Amino acid sequence: MAAPGASAHDPCSIPALLARNVALYGDRPAYREKEFGIWQAWTWAEAADEIRAMALGFLALGMARGDHVAVIGRNRPAHYWAMVAAQMCGAVPVPLYQDAVAEEMAYVLDHCGARFVVCGDQEQVDKVIEIRDRAPGVEHVLYNDKRGMRKYDHSHLNWLHDIGDEGRAAHRRLEPELDARIAEQTWDTTCVMLYTSGTTGKPKGVVLSNRNIIETAKASVAFDHLGQDEEVLAYLPMAWVGDFIFSIGQAMVAGFCVNCPESPDTMMTDLREIGPTYFFAPPRIFETMLTSVMIRMEDAGDLKHALFRHFMDFAKGTGERFGMPRYRRKQSRPTLRRRVRWVYRYAMGIGFAIETLAENAVRGFFVRLRHPLEARKHYQARGPLLNLYPKPLRDYFDYRTGEVLIYGPLKNTLGLSRIRVAYTAGEAIGPEIFDFYRSLGINLKQLYGQTEASVFITQQPDGQVRSDTVGVPSPGVEVKIGESGEVFYRSPGTFVEYYKNPESTASTKDAEGWVATGDAGFFEEASGHLRIIDRAKDVGRMADGALFAPKYVENKLKFFPDILEAVVFGAGREMCTAFINIDLTAVGNWAERNNIAYASYQELAGHPRVLETIKSHVEEVNRSLAGDEMLSGCQVRRFLVLHKELDADDGELTRTRKVRRRIIEEKFADLVAALYDGSAEKYTETEVTYEDGRKGRIRATLKIRDARSFPAEFPRKVAAE
Amino acid sequence: MNRMVPPPPTPSHVTEDGRAIGPVLMELRNITLRFGGVVAIKDISFDIREGEIRAIIGPNGAGKSSMLNVISGFYRPTEGEVWFEGARRPPMRPYKVARQGIARTFQNIALFSGMSTLDNIMTGRITRMRSSLLSQALWWGPAEREESAHREAVEKIIDFLEIQHIRKTPVGRLPYGLQKRVELGRALAAEPRLLLLDEPMAGMNVEEKEDMSRFILDVNDEFGTTIVLIEHDMGVVMDLSDRVVVMDYGRKIGDGPPEEVRASKDVIDAYLGVAHD
Repeated sequence: MAAPGASAHDPCSIPALLARNVALYGDRPAYREKEFGIWQAWTWAEAADEIRAMALGFLALGMARGDHVAVIGRNRPAHYWAMVAAQMCGAVPVPLYQDAVAEEMAYVLDHCGARFVVCGDQEQVDKVIEIRDRAPGVEHVLYNDKRGMRKYDHSHLNWLHDIGDEGRAAHRRLEPELDARIAEQTWDTTCVMLYTSGTTGKPKGVVLSNRNIIETAKASVAFDHLGQDEEVLAYLPMAWVGDFIFSIGQAMVAGFCVNCPESPDTMMTDLREIGPTYFFAPPRIFETMLTSVMIRMEDAGDLKHALFRHFMDFAKGTGERFGMPRYRRKQSRPTLRRRVRWVYRYAMGIGFAIETLAENAVRGFFVRLRHPLEARKHYQARGPLLNLYPKPLRDYFDYRTGEVLIYGPLKNTLGLSRIRVAYTAGEAIGPEIFDFYRSLGINLKQLYGQTEASVFITQQPDGQVRSDTVGVPSPGVEVKIGESGEVFYRSPGTFVEYYKNPESTASTKDAEGWVATGDAGFFEEASGHLRIIDRAKDVGRMADGALFAPKYVENKLKFFPDILEAVVFGAGREMCTAFINIDLTAVGNWAERNNIAYASYQELAGHPRVLETIKSHVEEVNRSLAGDEMLSGCQVRRFLVLHKELDADDGELTRTRKVRRRIIEEKFADLVAALYDGSAEKYTETEVTYEDGRKGRIRATLKIRDARSFPAEFPRKVAAE
Repeated sequence: MNRMVPPPPTPSHVTEDGRAIGPVLMELRNITLRFGGVVAIKDISFDIREGEIRAIIGPNGAGKSSMLNVISGFYRPTEGEVWFEGARRPPMRPYKVARQGIARTFQNIALFSGMSTLDNIMTGRITRMRSSLLSQALWWGPAEREESAHREAVEKIIDFLEIQHIRKTPVGRLPYGLQKRVELGRALAAEPRLLLLDEPMAGMNVEEKEDMSRFILDVNDEFGTTIVLIEHDMGVVMDLSDRVVVMDYGRKIGDGPPEEVRASKDVIDAYLGVAHD
């Protein structure tokens, strides 16, 4: 049973880790959830009790080994417990995206043959009932929120808490069976099955074993020195591998507390109340936060505005040096001695500053009195007042002042005051956004990963953080670059297989365990960091042979707050063109300030002045591309602003909000043609799906604009040969 | 001890979706309301049963809001009687009516716009607060316990209406649809037996209307609250209500289940107009 690398005493399943945590940290909080305006907490012992009751209840319902248990709902402790309870019974939890429409859900439920479905609330139950005939394997539906459920036929429907009560009642009968099932789990037992959103085709079920999850979690916990006193906020979709690793894998291994927000809308408030120490967010969240800060700063008074501008400019160069949290200190309460030292340091700093100011003022007064003309000249030539002391010292004090006046309060408002480690992944993050958070003293880092790897492939170690790389291979992970430029990896976290799909498994994972990521990238020779260029299959050639990497250009475009999404075309064509989606928050706010009236998204998107702004952004991107050795051919010559937001419900984006290029190109074929035939505008009709699944059509006439392009600064390699 | 508690009303009939409709909760007998020479309501009688959703519809100026004001005790009918829970209701002040278990929302939002959502809903508990002004001010003993209990009730309503994210936001800053929801919350905070909604969906878009309809149905379902609502959107009325009263020029021109009312000739004439020849 003992696999290599695991001693007999190491817990080799999530239920075993849970038991260990109860023994180690029994009365420390394990889960918190805000309910009725109050943070309710469960200790490890209480949580384990609930989970066990639930598992017994599952057994009473007849859950067998290897059954699949779908879990659909927002992040709530009970849903995490249901997953662990299912593991206790030897079943496989399958978390699903809660915003998936019934169609998508039907496919997944049918594919994994789930016998049990745990639903968050009435909405999810309704969806499951709707697709019941297409997923005939579903036998029991359990729900967590009772609201609105009174009238339903309860023959196959149960309240999750009733299941727990039933389990408690039947514990004498079922306890031996449950213990046996927990004991028979090994490193190779399936821990979880996660469906990848897939930019192409049907979702695939990625089977991850206990070894994958626990080894990866252990390695990453050690990498960032995570301890049992971390706080995390679980708000990302439960179906996403990241949430499983952070909220179950790492939380179980490190023994830290998982906090669940009250509702999706209160996430920002809850973030602030909890003040997590370890935080994970896709770039979009950081962008939204930054946009809201900037919008609110626009409304602030002149003094605040000036202070903000001054200190943020100052922090750009110094934050990296003075702001970062120190390398993991002991997390105990500060001792009296350390407190005294802090007070002493601050007092010394302030004293220093006052002394200098006073000295200068007094001396300056007399000098000015005696030699007024020379003095003016002298002071003008001398520059800033406090230059008697060496610059680093001055910078340190200035940064501390900024911390008190701007950085500290700002971090507090954002709920990021206590962050020790924050990660962003999934997409490229704009360098300005990245630097903004870093200069505030937030240790934001990048990682690169995917479901098949149990998240971690590469990540940035402290002190080697840059916005344009994704870091060095994570501990235990081997990475190599294939001949075509594609990135391959091999690691303990490498998935077992795609469920019921041996062909895809074989084409992704070779006999030696190397997995193709589908991304093209290269290692920087100087630093050893990995840089990702684009999806390997999206990288192409233009008609004249120049390299075409759409994602790279799109990311450059998306770094402008006004642009939410961009899709660039150009493979096999003579020039590049683009679809642009405006960001309603940013552009709407701009419109309000400039007295531009609009009645709808569509009207705003078609406004001539908006088009002008977007055009200037596109040209700026073109200018920066002209300076790029490889990609100067990718300058966007023509673009249009779409009349609707690209949406996952219409199949244009994946559930993790990645662009589905092929589908968009097919769906808007008329618009793509118009971009290339030189016409100035184009009438189009588009089918849209509303949130409740109904369909409608929207019509619009879209203006197509030309953007200026710039001559390449480097002679193109193709031309030189 | 059991004798003290009235036995639960036996349902007189059960609707097709399984809700129990109880005995008559309120009966209006020959109500007439005049303002000087203007007759707002002319000799109208109908009843409201326990647990049902009763809609009042009619063209503009038909006297619907006046009818609601009569039910809530704000207007005293010129003629006629209001029977509540099997007893004739003497003319009484609105706050006393509220204590009897009748709560309402308004056509034009009437919230305290400077106060937070939480505080606004808390004001709905006013009829249930027992501790004196002094002990509340001192925040001592029973007053503190009572406040916690009320806060709990309010939090349950906030959770029910899914407005946690605006708990601390001043109501004046909220969009219209949410303000309507807060107003519903305040009415619910009184734990009414009879809830009066005056055009709860006026000025809302389709999505907000759907949300509101869902909440109204859930209130009726979860708390068993009897609901009287005035609404212009016929689709909503037909979907939500168990029985409908149709008014026109202060008279009652129809009364019955939605299908029946929709087919009635008088109602069609009142809504579409009729050729006078």
